[in-house]
Amino acid sequence: MAVPVTAVQQVLQSEWTKIKSVRSTVWTLGIAFVVTVALGALISALTKKNFENLPPKDKITFDPTFTSFAGMGLGQLALIVFGVLVVSNEYSTGMIRTSLAAVPQRGIFLFSKIVMATLFAFAVAMLTGFVSFFLGQAMLGSLKASLGDPGVLRAVIGGGLYMTLITVFSMGVATMLRSPMLALGILMPFFFLISNILGHVPATQKVGRYLPDQAGQKIMQVVTYDSEAPYGPWGGFTIMVLWVVAALVGAYVLLKKRDA
Amino acid sequence: MIEAVGLTKRYGAKTAVHNLTFQVRPGAVTGFLGPNGSGKSTTMRMILGLDRPTSGYVTVGGRPFHQLPNAPRQVGALLDAKAVHGGRSARLHLLSLAQLSGIPASRVDEVLGVVGLQDVARKRSKGFSLGMGQRLGIAAALLGDPQVLLFDEPVNGLDPEGILWVRNLMKRLAAEGRTVFVSSHLMSEMALTADHLIVIGRGQLMADMSVKDFISANSADFARVRTPDGEPEQREKLTAALVEAGGRVLPEQDGGMRVTGLPLPRISDVAHGADVRLWELSPHQASLEEAYMRMTQGAVDYRSTDDQRAGFQPPAPAFGHQMPAMPQMPQQGWQETAYPVLEGERPNPYAQPVAAAPAAPPVPPSAPASVPAPADLTKRDSEDAR
Repeated sequence: MAVPVTAVQQVLQSEWTKIKSVRSTVWTLGIAFVVTVALGALISALTKKNFENLPPKDKITFDPTFTSFAGMGLGQLALIVFGVLVVSNEYSTGMIRTSLAAVPQRGIFLFSKIVMATLFAFAVAMLTGFVSFFLGQAMLGSLKASLGDPGVLRAVIGGGLYMTLITVFSMGVATMLRSPMLALGILMPFFFLISNILGHVPATQKVGRYLPDQAGQKIMQVVTYDSEAPYGPWGGFTIMVLWVVAALVGAYVLLKKRDA
Repeated sequence: MIEAVGLTKRYGAKTAVHNLTFQVRPGAVTGFLGPNGSGKSTTMRMILGLDRPTSGYVTVGGRPFHQLPNAPRQVGALLDAKAVHGGRSARLHLLSLAQLSGIPASRVDEVLGVVGLQDVARKRSKGFSLGMGQRLGIAAALLGDPQVLLFDEPVNGLDPEGILWVRNLMKRLAAEGRTVFVSSHLMSEMALTADHLIVIGRGQLMADMSVKDFISANSADFARVRTPDGEPEQREKLTAALVEAGGRVLPEQDGGMRVTGLPLPRISDVAHGADVRLWELSPHQASLEEAYMRMTQGAVDYRSTDDQRAGFQPPAPAFGHQMPAMPQMPQQGWQETAYPVLEGERPNPYAQPVAAAPAAPPVPPSAPASVPAPADLTKRDSEDAR
């Protein structure tokens, strides 16, 4: 199928206006940045203070880069809200009908919309990743890693990519579920609790580490001595990308098939 | 030009639209009438390619909607005035829609002026009244300066000034040669706005004709005649004399009579000849609203019932043996006055018997004047006052 460039441009432009003209989207992006950076800095500072008291195993496997990303577990929730709102605002308001009447090619509408929202999320996520890293390292003082150390730059960029992909995944799920309450009600507890539990309880660990966030977080880690995961940083990242692709395919198929 | 052929939409077991075939022509306002839940909005969504028909098809300008080049410049629609993000200003809402359709931003300010929202353009639409919301929705429909316009219930929530404005706007758009398709459940409004009517009930076509034809086919004039109360023999005498003179008489609830087939002076003469005094002799025209109600009463989905107030009625304090006075509405009382098919009127050529609840059949002239409404009808609902 030939992609009509003008239609794509029009949806991108319209989405730009939609995102920046609503407070909720601007707020969620801002909160994601502030929470991730502040919490990362706080935990880095506390770790520095308590480093002497840590058990030897933790001292050996200490990962200063990953420690400065400690706020991401909470900060990603704000990005999930952003991703869900961008999509399900269309459904909860009924705008989706107006939008699809204006752009009858639903695939172009969906993917252009997601691309623009992803660009927003990417910019914020990258900024968040780097600021978290530098601020966290500053707090860690003598324990700090530097960007030039092996694997560190990959982990910092990976942190930004991870947060971006979480957002895209949320947009796919929200398109499938349509209702913002349903989407948030599933995604928030899943990423905040369930995935963490599954990933750390020995019985479910083998399955849990293939969940999108467990696999995706691998790319943010520099020191991985204690990890038993059968994939490396990029392997984990690929698993997460597959989850995102699956969510987007599901979103596209359902949007195409369903009555608006 | 909108053309639907055999359009059918089923949701599971429920058929929302059944075998609709109609055309909406340019240069006229076409009213789309039907009770709530009759399938108007579903039909509109199918025209816009939002819902896929189960069978049949609908085209705009000869093409299915999704094949129209630059669809939003050809078709503008108001489907739901509440379909806006409350946190976005009116202007940015319209701007995002304009950008979606490749329409320049200057057009946004134009349509804001056309609908009279220029002063609140930068306010969040959350605070808009229903009427302002309708104006915003109409502005969105006008954005692309389209040749085909669809409006789903555009006057809901508008004040009289707003209703007049919408009416004139529709007429002006049609006079410019555009195709204007307006749904409503208010017959009275459509009678003033539309040139042509498409009436559906339970998803089926009930009428497709000009407003003029609809009126002459569905409304009939009658005279109201009342003889002095408490003198039933006078009434019987007059009834006999009127029937003999070729008129048809339908008794009314309050003791009056509906007389058709005789001009007023003749009724007066007959009464004089029979030596009957009259307390009332007045001309009446059955309104279009009544004609519409009559036509669709078998096709109403949501019908209210009497509120029996069971359990809320305090027991009568004094006379213990007596039942509390329940407000028992005499059912037949309503049915006798519930828009019976007048004997003078032509039967509606489009009326189709609906299997579940047949529309009131025309009473043959020889039949005794009585209950023409189906027995399952309980009470006319008040949904049109929405």
